[in-house]
Amino acid sequence: MAKIEPKAIEALTYEEAFAELETIVAELESGERPLEESMILFERGQALTKRCAEYLDDAELKVQALVGESLADFKENE
Amino acid sequence: MEQLALFDASPRWTVTTLTRHLRQLLEDDPNLQGIWVQGEISNLSRPASGHLYFTLKDSSAALRAVMWKTEAARLGFVLQEGMAIEAHGSLGIYEVSGQYQLYADSLRPLGEGALYQEFLRLKALLEGQGLFDGARKRPIPAWPHRIGIVTSPTGAALRDMLNTLRRRMPLAEVILAPAPVQGGEAPLALVAALRSLNRCAKPEVILLARGGGSIEDLWAFNDERVVRAVCESQAPVITGVGHETDFTLVDFAADLRAPTPTAAAELATAITIQDLRQTLIEMMQILEGNLGALIVRQRNLLEGFQTGLRFYSPLRRVQTERQRADELSRRGTAAQAHRLELAAARLKGLENRLTALSPLAVLQRGYAVVMKNKRVVASRSQVQDGDALRVRLRDGEFDARVTGDG
Repeated sequence: MAKIEPKAIEALTYEEAFAELETIVAELESGERPLEESMILFERGQALTKRCAEYLDDAELKVQALVGESLADFKENE
Repeated sequence: MEQLALFDASPRWTVTTLTRHLRQLLEDDPNLQGIWVQGEISNLSRPASGHLYFTLKDSSAALRAVMWKTEAARLGFVLQEGMAIEAHGSLGIYEVSGQYQLYADSLRPLGEGALYQEFLRLKALLEGQGLFDGARKRPIPAWPHRIGIVTSPTGAALRDMLNTLRRRMPLAEVILAPAPVQGGEAPLALVAALRSLNRCAKPEVILLARGGGSIEDLWAFNDERVVRAVCESQAPVITGVGHETDFTLVDFAADLRAPTPTAAAELATAITIQDLRQTLIEMMQILEGNLGALIVRQRNLLEGFQTGLRFYSPLRRVQTERQRADELSRRGTAAQAHRLELAAARLKGLENRLTALSPLAVLQRGYAVVMKNKRVVASRSQVQDGDALRVRLRDGEFDARVTGDG
């Protein structure tokens, strides 16, 4: 690909991974890439989808509280 | 004979005329029209008609009261047996039963009178300053990544909101700015919490909430300073104070008012994790669908190349050679014939392998190859209206013409 070397998938945030996935889908939809490049794009797309799904599966609400001017973990008393 | 009756000057009534007269007396007395009456609710009944019937009583007297359906529907709270209230209305008589009663047009919990007046005064004042203008209201982001919460750290409201956020959008990050939500110190603490939340955490939306309570409990949310702090917040504010029927001044100043803390958390998460999952699944389907289409297209192209390849392939030479071999073996030596037969067998093997790769095998499955001037058409841009084409199918070829732009 003519782009800069893509970032390691593990280093992407959900939004970054999803945005790249969107780009790849648009790229494949245009059908302008040769098959070989398309396969590479597809594999990258699959990996991105997997990463996004992991994000969603592992998502856990992070709760912090303001103490004065700084943030501290907040423990809920259930 | 009883004579007395002849000279008796006592007024004479029918029950109807007497009752009408009494009713007129009540209705003409300004002290009995448009009044507030204090008492406790008892014998409350709400028949299917929607009208409310109850008795107002105190330690030594009782007064029947009725409230018509239209007014009853506007009640801002749930009327309960034993509740101390003030009822506004006028006295009259229900002639059919000769019962005098209060025709109530509005009710309020006792003690709220003064507070309510203050509420109305402040509301008018702040409204006049444009603090509640619709034009001030900012849109709420559909997917905020950082959500600020101003509420009591120990209240049920916080638990409800966190549970709702956890269920709907666990990718979010929550910053709580704890503050007491009732009592004398509450207003200033709420103002400070809103300000430091904006300054230190820069959330994309703020939930300002507390659970249900009496009007006194909710009073901090009618405080002018808190209302102004809501207006000044950099992040849009969603309020969820009390229950569905409670309205406080911060609700009017907020960018969005939710009926409860839970509803506030829902309104802050228009996009849920379920939505993200769904989108991801759709994206994957498009991704795979596109690659599938691309592969079919590429395969057709490949088949076209193979057709061309076959035309120029060594196979034709193989066949020529075989013919020559036959001739030679017919007229040449056995050894020569044998050698040539071996060569022919090798070539036959080559032929079989080539046939296996043949596009014909693919054409058997129903694909067609479209050619123009002996070149495979692989893209829409290669043909124009009127072009002559050659189409190859499993069992033969035919000519075709482009007749439209499709």
